[in-house]
Amino acid sequence: MLMGIFSLLAASLYVLLDAVDVAADRSRRGRRGVDHPDARGAGADDQRGEGARRQHNLLALVVVLITGGALIYGTMDMPNFADPEAPAHQHVAPRYVQDSVDEIGIPNMVTSVLASYRGLDTLGEVLVIFSAGVAVLLLLGAGTYRRRPRPPRKRLQ
Amino acid sequence: MSPHVVLRVGAKVLIPVILLFALYIQFHGEYSPGGGFQAGIIFAAALVLYTLIFGLDAVQRAVPPVAVHLLSACGALLYIGIGVWAMFAGGNFLEYKVLASDPHLGETMGIILIELGVGITVGAVVISLFYSFAGRTREQEN
Repeated sequence: MLMGIFSLLAASLYVLLDAVDVAADRSRRGRRGVDHPDARGAGADDQRGEGARRQHNLLALVVVLITGGALIYGTMDMPNFADPEAPAHQHVAPRYVQDSVDEIGIPNMVTSVLASYRGLDTLGEVLVIFSAGVAVLLLLGAGTYRRRPRPPRKRLQ
Repeated sequence: MSPHVVLRVGAKVLIPVILLFALYIQFHGEYSPGGGFQAGIIFAAALVLYTLIFGLDAVQRAVPPVAVHLLSACGALLYIGIGVWAMFAGGNFLEYKVLASDPHLGETMGIILIELGVGITVGAVVISLFYSFAGRTREQEN
């Protein structure tokens, strides 16, 4: 089942990347099961690649386990959820809660923090969104002009 | 009689309400939950609904892609411009209280304006992303 999920994800990725033929290949392999030798006739290079990847799986598992264990160990130091003594609630939060209405003059302290106390941070967020939009436009095109249809791709097998 | 009469009539009733709600979220953000990010998304959602019902050509006649691209930059520029204006008024970058004689008025004004910039940028970016993806589907159909 895990391989099925993987091949579905891989197929969706390839469809997004405009490689529908590869996607069909992926999903066909996924249906038959990647392990089945009949299903792996798509090309010698591809086959060798998967074989090589298979040997590294154990090492990858160990690395993932160690990394995950370290991350979970790191969460041990974090304060409990909604702990009023947590450092995050000791530093500037009391001032926001008590003084923001007097200092900023608007009743919504979330907006005060977002737009005024942390205005530069919000500016960064806006620029991130803007540059993400520019990046998508560069990659996908603006969708306003029609290119001539591409010649059909050569199938892999 | 075109098909999908119920959808068309329902969308025509809904879309102005959605746009108005986006403006409410935008400009009522000082008093209630809301702000530029949410308002921009809701505004874009109205245009997405319009596209789903009436087609990409109709929505691009109403809101041309070039205008969307310009607006997405203008929102960010408005935000930065408010910050620079505060510097010229004698404060630090994005220090709104120097924008007007009354510090509270200056803060409120600055917050409303930068939230407007946020809303313009977020809405325009989401619309232009939607245009990009929707335009590609049309390319593949051709």
